[in-house]
Amino acid sequence: MTGSVRLPILLAVIVLALLPLGATSNTLLNFMTFALIVALAAQGWNLLGGYGGQFSFGHAAFFGTGAYAMGLLQVRFGLNPWAAMPVAMLLGAAVGWAIGFLAFRARLRGAYFALVTLAFAEVFRILANAWAFTGAAAGLLVPLRLQAANMQFEDKRLFYWLVLAFVASALVLTAELARSRFGARLVALRENEDAARALGVDTLRVKLAAITLSAGVTAAAGGLYAQKSLYLDAAIAYGPWISVDALLAPIVGGLGTVFGPLIGALALLGLGEISKMALGNLFGGALPGIDLIVFGILLILAVAFAPRGLLGLFDGLVRRAKPAQGGEATP
Amino acid sequence: MLQIDILLSALANGLMTGAVYALIALGLTLVYGVLHVINFAHGATLTAAMFAVWAAHDGLGIDPYVAILFLTPLFFALGYALQRFVIGPASHGSDSNILLVTLGLSIVIENALLAAFRSDTRSIDVPYGFSVIELGNLFLPLPKVIAFFASFLVAALLWGLMAHTDIGKAIRAVSREKTGAALSGIPVEHVYAVTFGLGAACLAVAACLLMPTFLVNPRVGNAFVLVAFTIVVLGGMGSVPGALIGGLIIGVVESLSGLYFGESLGQIGIFLIFILVLLVRPAGLFGARA
Repeated sequence: MTGSVRLPILLAVIVLALLPLGATSNTLLNFMTFALIVALAAQGWNLLGGYGGQFSFGHAAFFGTGAYAMGLLQVRFGLNPWAAMPVAMLLGAAVGWAIGFLAFRARLRGAYFALVTLAFAEVFRILANAWAFTGAAAGLLVPLRLQAANMQFEDKRLFYWLVLAFVASALVLTAELARSRFGARLVALRENEDAARALGVDTLRVKLAAITLSAGVTAAAGGLYAQKSLYLDAAIAYGPWISVDALLAPIVGGLGTVFGPLIGALALLGLGEISKMALGNLFGGALPGIDLIVFGILLILAVAFAPRGLLGLFDGLVRRAKPAQGGEATP
Repeated sequence: MLQIDILLSALANGLMTGAVYALIALGLTLVYGVLHVINFAHGATLTAAMFAVWAAHDGLGIDPYVAILFLTPLFFALGYALQRFVIGPASHGSDSNILLVTLGLSIVIENALLAAFRSDTRSIDVPYGFSVIELGNLFLPLPKVIAFFASFLVAALLWGLMAHTDIGKAIRAVSREKTGAALSGIPVEHVYAVTFGLGAACLAVAACLLMPTFLVNPRVGNAFVLVAFTIVVLGGMGSVPGALIGGLIIGVVESLSGLYFGESLGQIGIFLIFILVLLVRPAGLFGARA
């Protein structure tokens, strides 16, 4: 199992790492960096939603906490971003634990859990938008100091590779988790929570560990986003867009799989960019929200026709092709 | 004395807005009661209805209260079609799938409105927009008074429909025991679609009642959807009287927290109530203890 996953991870990371060597377009590099940040947030969502079956609609709460922690620790406390990053992840994980503790102890499941996470994200958004400490509605500006020591690079590819390193670590973490005892308990809980509990799984503890880990990974994505754009406001950090992207990518790519979030994020954001360009040209000028319309339709289509995502579709094609090659096609 | 007047007028305003909130929540709680799932596209459908009212007034010069007559059946048909041809077939009957499909629908509707109308905020100008009714020291805006009574009228009509008509009985049968209802010859898919249609029809009426005093932009549904969820949770999922009383409570809470904490933080009161109710008593004030 591990052997079969480690090699694809290595190959995927090598391909993604080589990409900016060939293509030097700034637009493409910006897009790829952003897509990988979303993939990282989605990888975090997948740990809880894909493996644990707990659909959060409010991962913005963790993304935003990571982003604001990264920005505020630098701006208000003068902390080095390399040191701020782990603190941002810990803070995000702590928020995840706290929300999980409240929600799971109240036995919220399904739609109730989705709603309460959404409400928490909205509370954070309103607070960040009103509080002077976070820069309120004006937002937070991280000063530009292009030095590797400040995690700001002259060569944008270095930041891309840094983000890729985070994504690679998250892929390995997911693969390790999937084959661990903890992962098995998490999947058992997703399939049937009552049965899992009857079998002696401490479901509250497993869910709490999953949401804490999930939030920490998503907070790392938030921290990287803050460092990439050097500007934050409440609508960016705690806005519904990241909650939607984080859950959409694994669903489109393949729920509860190692590569689902990465493939989903690349496919989704790529398609979003293409439709923005194509349909924008068609209607003469940019059409706001057109990429999101495509996302929404994609979500419905994925649920309707590809419940196991793009990876599932690919699997199905391979399986259908194989017996045909062997000449023993079944009717 | 002046303080008490301000407080009373905030209370009255809250109750009047709360009645329309209740109407919005009524559609949501109805769908929950029958399908046992949350329709995430509820807020976006309301936004679409508000834009329809705006377009009817701005383009054709139709008064919002007249628009009730044709927007209600139109949105009933829309809700029916969405459930019958999109939500039902796409979700394969699984709860989490319905959640995701309706989330997808809300994203599509909201952004289609954004593409069509851009992010500008729009309002309509009706001659009675600023008329007030004097009640002692209280000045009550006429459109809000109308909305208050109309909401109760619609709730009463809906209650009558559920209690006394064949389709109402079928809806109640499906909500109690889906398999049994199907076995006794009730077309379950049709009943689901009618329930969605009724939910959307409630939104059309609510939109017509809201537009004389509210603004509309493509994101306005976001604010309403969490308000509606809060009401539904507060009142107990699926409970019609719960939605009514929950709506009034939330209207008052919003009005009072707006008065004391200011506009930008006013909404936070609703979210905090929502989280608190979910955590402490997820069955709601009027629902059976889970």
